[in-house]
Order: sequence, then C-alpha cells, then structure tokens
Amino acid sequence: MQVSSPISQQVSYLEYQGKYKGLLGWITSTDHKRIALLYMFSMMVLFIVGALLGLGMKLELIAPGKTVMEAQTYNAFFTVHGVIMIFMIVIPGLPAVFGNFLLPIMIGAKDVAFPKLNLISWYVYILGAILVISSVLFGDGTPDTGWTFYAPYSFKTGTNMLPAIFGAFVLGFSSVLTGLNFIVTIHRLRAPGMTWSKLPLFPWTLYGTGWIQLLATPIVGITLILVALERIFGIGVFDPALGGDPILYQHLFWIYSHPAVYIMILPAMGAISEIIPTFSQKHIFGYKAIVVSTLAIAFVGYFVWGHHMFTAGMSNTSQYAFSILTFLVAIPSAIKVFNWVSTMYKGSINVQTPFYWAVSFIFVFMIGGLSGLVLGALTANVYLHDTAFVVAHFHFIVFGGTGYAFFAALHYWFPKMFGRMYDPKWANTGWVLFFIGFLALYGPMFYLGMMGMPRRYYDYLEQFHSANILSTLGSWVMVFGLVVIFVNLFRSARNGAPAPVNPWNGKTWEWTVPSPPPVENFDRIPEYKEKEGPYEY
Amino acid sequence: MSQVIHHEDHYDAEGSKIGMWLFIFTELLLFGGLFLIYSVYRYKNPDAFHLAAQELELFGGLFLIYSVYRYKNPDAFHLAAQELDTTIGAINTVILLISSMTIAMSTTALQKGQKKITLLLMVTTVVLGIVFLVNKYFEWGLKFEHGIFPGSEHMKTTLSQGEILFFGLYFVMTGLHALHILIGLVLILVAYYRITNGTVHANRPSLLENAGLYWHLVDLIWIFLFPLFYLIH
Amino acid sequence: MENAKHHIVPYRTYLFILIALLLCTFISIAITNIELGELTVTGALVLASVKSFLVLTYFMHLKYDRPYIRIMVAFVFLLFIAVIVITFFDYLFR
Repeated sequence: MQVSSPISQQVSYLEYQGKYKGLLGWITSTDHKRIALLYMFSMMVLFIVGALLGLGMKLELIAPGKTVMEAQTYNAFFTVHGVIMIFMIVIPGLPAVFGNFLLPIMIGAKDVAFPKLNLISWYVYILGAILVISSVLFGDGTPDTGWTFYAPYSFKTGTNMLPAIFGAFVLGFSSVLTGLNFIVTIHRLRAPGMTWSKLPLFPWTLYGTGWIQLLATPIVGITLILVALERIFGIGVFDPALGGDPILYQHLFWIYSHPAVYIMILPAMGAISEIIPTFSQKHIFGYKAIVVSTLAIAFVGYFVWGHHMFTAGMSNTSQYAFSILTFLVAIPSAIKVFNWVSTMYKGSINVQTPFYWAVSFIFVFMIGGLSGLVLGALTANVYLHDTAFVVAHFHFIVFGGTGYAFFAALHYWFPKMFGRMYDPKWANTGWVLFFIGFLALYGPMFYLGMMGMPRRYYDYLEQFHSANILSTLGSWVMVFGLVVIFVNLFRSARNGAPAPVNPWNGKTWEWTVPSPPPVENFDRIPEYKEKEGPYEY
Repeated sequence: MSQVIHHEDHYDAEGSKIGMWLFIFTELLLFGGLFLIYSVYRYKNPDAFHLAAQELELFGGLFLIYSVYRYKNPDAFHLAAQELDTTIGAINTVILLISSMTIAMSTTALQKGQKKITLLLMVTTVVLGIVFLVNKYFEWGLKFEHGIFPGSEHMKTTLSQGEILFFGLYFVMTGLHALHILIGLVLILVAYYRITNGTVHANRPSLLENAGLYWHLVDLIWIFLFPLFYLIH
Repeated sequence: MENAKHHIVPYRTYLFILIALLLCTFISIAITNIELGELTVTGALVLASVKSFLVLTYFMHLKYDRPYIRIMVAFVFLLFIAVIVITFFDYLFR
C-alpha cells in the first residue's frame, strides 16, 4: 500500500482558494470535503433548533397540566422537533457529513462520481429546510400533526401543512441524490486493487444505505404529494368520506419510514466498525459477516413496516407476518454487536474519546434494540403503542445509535478533517455529562410508558410526575454535556495541537493522507496491494 | 497561496449510465406507490372501477359523438363511445411506442456518425411526445366539461366512492405521467442542442443515451397505465 | 476506465421490437373486450409485462449491457412486487 508523503504538492482543502474567495468559495465548491462541512454546519444550526424544541417539550412536561405552553403549542413543538430531527439531522446525518468527507478518500478517489450533483444536493437540502422552517414562521399556525403527517388529520388540519409537506419532499430529493452519488462512486471510483472484498466497512454501509435512500424515499415522496393534493383538491385517496383508506396512508408512509431508520443506523454501524478495530489495534472480527449483515438489514428492513401499525386496524395475518419479520431483522444487528465485542476481545485497547463513544453506543443501541423487540411482540405492543415507551425506544436507538456514532465519528475523524487534535479531557467530560443526562432523560420513559403514560400529550396523571421530573433534569444535564462537547471542538479546531497524519494508527486510506487532506486527496491514486482485507494490524 | 485546480475531463460513460438507471429506479418507485394505491382500491371497489371506466368512455364519447354525428341509436352510440375513448388511449399508446423506437434508433444513428438522421429521429420523438400531450389535453378537457375533475361537487353528489377514487387516481397518475413526458422532452431537446454544437457525438454519446433511457421510462409507465385505466370493460 | 465501443444495435432490430410491441398492444385490447373476470386483468397485465420486458431489454439496451445492471433492474422490480404482496396481507385478510 502506497503511503503518500505528508507534505503534499497540493494545498489543504481548508485553505484552497479557487475562482471565488471566502464564503463564496465554500458555497460554490464541488469539493466533497467542503460540501461535507457545509452539511455539518447547516445541520448543527438545525440541530440546535430541534434540541431547543426538545428542551421546551421537556420543560412543559416537568409538571402535569399546563406549565409553559398550551396544548396546541405542544403539538406544534413535537411536530417540528420530529421533522427537523428526522428529516434534517439523522437521515442525512452520517452520510452527508462523514460519507461525503471520507468515502472518496477511503476508496482512493479524488472526489465522488458526480461532484456538481453533490453540491446541488446540499442546496436542495437547504431549500427543504427553509420550506419547513417557513411553515413555522408564516401562515395559519405551525403544523401539529406529528412528523408522521397521518391522514385524515394532515389534510383536515387548518395549520400550515403545505410548506412542511413540500419541505419534506424536497429534503427527500436531497437524500435520493446523495444515495445515487455514493452508489455510483463506489461502483466506479474504487482505486486499483480495491475489490469489493477489500472495501472498508464504512463505505460498505454507505453503499447499502444509498440503495435504501434511492428505493424507499420516492414512496414517501408520492405519499406527501398525495396529501398535498388532498388538501388542495380533495381527490379522496385517503379520505374515508370519499372512499379512501387512512390505513393505506400509514402503509405508504411506513414503507419509507421504516427503511429510513436503516438509513439512519447503517452508516452509524459502519463508523463504529471503523472505530473499534482502530482502538482495539486488532482486525475486525468477521468482516464478511458484517458485510452480509449490513446488506441483510437493508433488505429485510423493507418488509417490517407494519410494526408501526399493529393497532391501526390491519388484518391479523398482516400483524403476524410483520411481527415475525421484525424479529428476523433484529438478527443481523445482533450479529454485528457480537462482531464488535469479539473484535475488542484480546485487543490492545487504546482508551480514547472515540472509543468511549463507541462502547456507550453499543450499550444504548442494545437497550434500544431490545426494547424494539418488546414492541415487536404483538401482545406487548397493544399495551405499549403510543406510550412513552415508544419514545424511549426510538430515542435510545436513533439518538443513542446514530447520535452516539456521530459523536464517535466526529472525534475520530476530527484530526483528519481539521488538522488539529481536540482536547481529550474536555471531550471526555462532555461525554460523561452527555451519557448521564441521556440515560436520565430517556430511561424513565420506559417506566412511564409501561405505567401507561401516553406520548404526544402535554399533560399527564399525577402518578407520572416524579419520573418526569427526573427526565427533564436529565435533558438539562445532557444539553450541558452537548455544550461542553461543541465548545471543545470549536476551540480545538482553532487552537488544538497540530494533528499528525495517523494519530490513532488506523489502517484505512484516510490515515495515509495529510491532516487536513489536500484538495484532490492524493497526489497519486493509491493502489491496494495487501492480500488481506483492511484492518490488518 | 492561490492554486487553481484543473480537473481533467472525467468522462465516464458507464458511470453516468448507472447514474441514470438509479434515477430511473426512483421514478419507478414513485409511480409504484401510485400503482400500489390503485391495486388496493381496485381490489376493494372492483365494480365501481368498472363503472367509472365506462363512464370515462361515456363522457368522452358523448361530446365527440355529438359533434360528429347528428343521429344515432343509443346502443350504437354507447358502443362507439366505448370504442372512441379506448381508441384515444390506444392511439396514445401507439404514439409512445413509436417514439420509443425513434429515440432508440437515434442512438444507433449517433454511433454511426449519422448526425442528420440522429437529429431527425429526435425531432420525430419530440413531435410524437407533443401530440401525446395534446391528446391528453383534450381528454382531460372533455372530462372537465362534464364535471369530472378532482374535488368536483358533481362527482361527490352523483358518483359512488369507488368511482370518485378511480377518477382521483386517473387524474393524479396521468397528470404525473404527463409531467414526466415534459421532463423527457426537455432532456431530449438539451441533447439535441448538444449534438448540434458538437459536445455530444459518437465518442461521447452519454447524454443522448441517458435521455433516451428516461424517455423509455416514460413509455414503460404508460404501458401499465393504459390497461389499468383504459382496458377495463 | 475502459472505453469499450459498445455494440451498435441495427435499426432493423428496433423496428421489429416496435412491431412486437404493437402486436401485444392490439392483442391486449382484443382480449379485454372478452369478459373473463379476473383473468382479463391478469391477461392485460401479463401483456403489459411482456411489452415492458421488450422495452427494457432492447430499447433500454439491457440485453447488451453488463449483467450487473440487469440484476439491479430485476432486484428493484422484485422488491416492489414484494412490497405490494405484503401490503395485500392486510387487505386480503381483513
């Protein structure tokens, strides 16, 4: 394997000045690394908005009855919180930021297959975000349907649904184009010698994710268009008064939105699969099994959507089928957990911040996943559907999964992306605070759900009060942890110690190029010459 | 320090072909969702769908028959009406099939370096596409005149739920399809322009080939729309 | 990257495929005039599938492309069919 000199002929991507200078040079750049940062900063802003909405909700729930807002406002809060977090943060999340930055470098390419399309994807993303935010600021009231836009309420409500619906549609387009770009990139731009069986695991997950983005998103696209048409023209396709079936809406919505959670989690798992071997200084256990399980999750994930609808009014046959399939799809995820733990076994553990995040990822992901099995069991689901238990489940698995993996990846690849080391003491402090806050915030929701507290209500019975207080306090600790983490990363990006080419002794190709990388990544395209797969220590 | 990076010409025909196929997959799934809805509602309302399809023909035929014939007996009128609207649908099907052939032939012509024939075939494709759209315009116009349009009071008061669903799906699906015909025509015109100015040629045919792929997609969708809306008797 | 000059399809081939497509169209019009209940729909859809196969294979060049594209196309269609089938687990058994 060729190791290019850290002193490149090219200037770093951060410093490069092409036709345009300054900010203009960034928003017109087709360099995948700059586009990754564009996504990262836009997502950060939107994440703060979404997090503030979450804090607002928790503040309302610190006591029964009205605390700081009316019921209608609470409905708007959880709707916009969901739309932002799902469509603007966790779905684009890892692919848009780390996929964009790392994929070409990890496969030995100078950029993605369609760099201009990549930049357009970001513009489309921003347009979608603006449309959604506009639904809050203008018009007849912020959407209040929940991010799931269920019919018939979504076409009956007087609130400002159309911009939100179109915004979600446009955001879907961005997702599709990113997936398309990555699939072609991986098919066509792998460097000589990098066969499919030598492809590192993060690119593998980006490949599987790309297919889901491509094939699932159009379904929700057409569904959203139909809701819009229902609002404007009253075509009747989901309106019971005209013969439509609201359950059909739910089918169509979840045919996308379930695979969407695999869009969220597969790249997260891919990042963890990169981090654990590096910090165990040991080859990944079961490379093939992880690849196969990635593809299996992507595939079987298409067939389980009905588990969001067990109590909606589907046939019994349907319920049984979806329950069985849901249990099946858990298997490949469990296989990955075994692989990760086995990788660490007898490894030479380097206890650094990314490793803390990776290990805590496994912990919270397992809780989230196992609670998913509880929900996948029909008899339990009847009792737990639409309770706080579901809210706990998806926050553990999505925030816990994608979120923790995002922070793990952020710290892992920070030296490469910014050419500086973060301050580990503050990073670890932030992690501790975040972890404790996270568990305190979401843990009680499992209990509350089992005791019968419904979700999406701004009020609750007195017996749920103390658990809610703990949860709200947890939200403050967690957010404080987030502040510590972000401030540390911002300051380190400016003042941190200069980062070496390979601070963690990683084995994949991004650790052979300078930190930060030059504009075209490599002076010469490398050639993969190892006999074995990546991660050979 | 200022450096301008000059990118070499990255022409990857295979890569852009895969890219267009992947995009086509998204379009297939987009329409797929509508076909899913159609199949559910047809399963639930088989008779209403039959009835609506006949009315579709009836209303279409009503106007045309009246303007062409002055006198007829009811049976012949009904029969002719049925034939007439299936006829419009069939004509449109034939139009699209021929246009698919012409755009496919244009890729052969381009590869053989026969520039004039390439352009002629492309123009033919565009003309056929426009004729299709004109037919559609009249078809829809007839329905509107008879009070059949999305959300119309007439539909809500006179038709059963299954029939309302049928027409709702009819307008959405044929409308979305017509939009995609427009997009396809634009793509072909862009390719036409690029061939005339020499950027698309036998050694760099991707834009034309991919525009052609998109056009075939539009044809594929119609191949399924036709029997589902026009061949229910 | 290879710049293989790929196979040029003769005009004649496209013309024959068009004729086949037109034939299938007229057959499907003819058979749907005969009331066969459920079979009518099936017949029309089978013919539509045949037509799609011809368009995909010849007009869209799949026959002359490398196999992985055919595999992708087949996979997408199969996935879509699977989703419809599973949706009908609900509607068929309500």
